Amino acid sequence: MSSSGLIKRLNEARTKRDVSRLAEAIPYAKWMHIAPETTTGELLTRMRYHSTLIGNTHLPAIHGGTLGAMLEMAAIFHLLWETDAQTVPKIVNITVDYLRSAGPRDVIAAAKVTKQGRRMVNVFAEAWQDDRSKPVASASAHFLVQSDDTLPSL
Amino acid sequence: MATLPLTTPEERVALFQQLFSDTIPHNKALGIKVLAVARGLASMRLDWRKELVGNPETGVLAGGPITAMLDSCCGLAVATLLTDPKPFATLDLRIDYAKPADPRKPVVAEAECYRITRSVAFTRAFAHQGDPKDPVAAAAGTFMLGTKGEVTRSQMVSRELGK
Repeated sequence: MSSSGLIKRLNEARTKRDVSRLAEAIPYAKWMHIAPETTTGELLTRMRYHSTLIGNTHLPAIHGGTLGAMLEMAAIFHLLWETDAQTVPKIVNITVDYLRSAGPRDVIAAAKVTKQGRRMVNVFAEAWQDDRSKPVASASAHFLVQSDDTLPSL
Repeated sequence: MATLPLTTPEERVALFQQLFSDTIPHNKALGIKVLAVARGLASMRLDWRKELVGNPETGVLAGGPITAMLDSCCGLAVATLLTDPKPFATLDLRIDYAKPADPRKPVVAEAECYRITRSVAFTRAFAHQGDPKDPVAAAAGTFMLGTKGEVTRSQMVSRELGK
């Protein structure tokens, strides 16, 4: 699967030290207002609040599917930015734990590599809102980083 | 809104569409359509749109929209079994991405709630593009029943299903 556009964008972003350029190459990330940032020095992924993220209008709470989606994007941005990836990682699976209901505010996520293998990487990601010690969701995901398998990649 | 009792499957699907997709802002934004609902079962469709693409060079959908639909579809399957409706929330959700979805073709989700207790509901779902034996993704979701807040109208669909 071709991913040269994103890798080109990644190399530009590395040269300019501007990680936000990564999200611009991904239509879904733009539509969801999901973008990586390094303003604190640490690579974080932010999902900016907008009203179409809501899944439960009574509470109100952000749709669980969007939390899974942004944790997946956080894991991908982490692999692209923090490892010297020259191919776009292919996601195998993701398991999301929902820990608290997420209110109508920005969601921020951080990711880390739990295990880096030659072909397979295990990534853990955690999302929070106001208080990092009170995560709203966490996820662990597997990505193929070195394989010709036909699996989804960005 | 249709008046009760709902007698035809079409009337039920129209009501569920209204409750589950149209009144849940994110499902509406994704354009999710309810295809069928029965006790313990639910089916939905997500149409391809360029805004939902992960890689513009291939046109393949991002994982996120499929994850969101599978979560919703499993949730609807749970709601069909709640004879005493109560608020519930996703506890965990595992998605296996079996293969990329073909660009410009809709994705269909089919979910089953196979076990429900007082506190927890267990679900399975597949997403495919016409052949259920050739899925693009598989999901396993568990739901916590009796969570905080008020029960929503979409969590009360079992009342519309009759016996």
